[in-house]
Amino acid sequence: MVPLSWYLIFSAALFSIGLFGVLSRRNAVAILLGIELMLNAVNVNLAAFWRYGDVADIAGQVFAIIVFAVAAAEVSVGLALVISVYRRRNTVIADEIDLMKW
Amino acid sequence: MNGEKIIFLLVALFTLVSALRVVTTGNLVHAALWLIATLFGVAVIFALLNAGFLAVVQVVVYIGAIAILFIFAVMLTRKDMRDQGPQLNKNWWFGALLAVVTFGGLFFLLQGWSGLSKTAADFPSGFDAVNELGIALTSPAAYVLPFEVASVLLVAALVGAVYVAFNRK
Repeated sequence: MVPLSWYLIFSAALFSIGLFGVLSRRNAVAILLGIELMLNAVNVNLAAFWRYGDVADIAGQVFAIIVFAVAAAEVSVGLALVISVYRRRNTVIADEIDLMKW
Repeated sequence: MNGEKIIFLLVALFTLVSALRVVTTGNLVHAALWLIATLFGVAVIFALLNAGFLAVVQVVVYIGAIAILFIFAVMLTRKDMRDQGPQLNKNWWFGALLAVVTFGGLFFLLQGWSGLSKTAADFPSGFDAVNELGIALTSPAAYVLPFEVASVLLVAALVGAVYVAFNRK
């Protein structure tokens, strides 16, 4: 049986990779890809703590399903915003979307 | 080193390499395809954790819906980003430093935790995780309210996405 630490370290690595993507990419769609990686890392953690804790307490899986729903909502609205911005300003580069910057 | 550990290491390595390709590759269509590979790897991790329902939902919702949505968004907005200019912003080294520090900090925190080397107990006899999950999601004593709020959130997101992306011309 794989020890719990392997799952936690794997998910920490996945989260850090996603964080790098969010902080470093210029393209707004690529930033959303990084957010998806981070949400997946969180889901791995939730499922691992469910499996290695008390399996009769199903809360870990329920939280993971709520995270799925929130991720789907977030990505649909986020991509709609990106497409809307692209249509109006003809760019998807996050640095150039600065209409609200003063 | 038994079979399960070998499978876990192979899948974890594949997933992390795919995730690195997602954040570094220049062509965004390729990045979205690498994201699909990463999501498949995470689905296998769920299956290794005996969370079968999560593995199926991962494939159906993440790969079937979200990744396809990403590919459509990339195709609708790709005119100005292909093979032109850097893909990373000028502060990318700071992002890399922060990611490494985050990983190092989490690793350091985990080292000092006593529950780390814990191994999973076998399922109790007659325990059906999917059945338990279904009961928990629809029982008023458990999680029916978050479940309903999540459905309202999805409807709101659907309407919002249509409204924001609607072309009025």
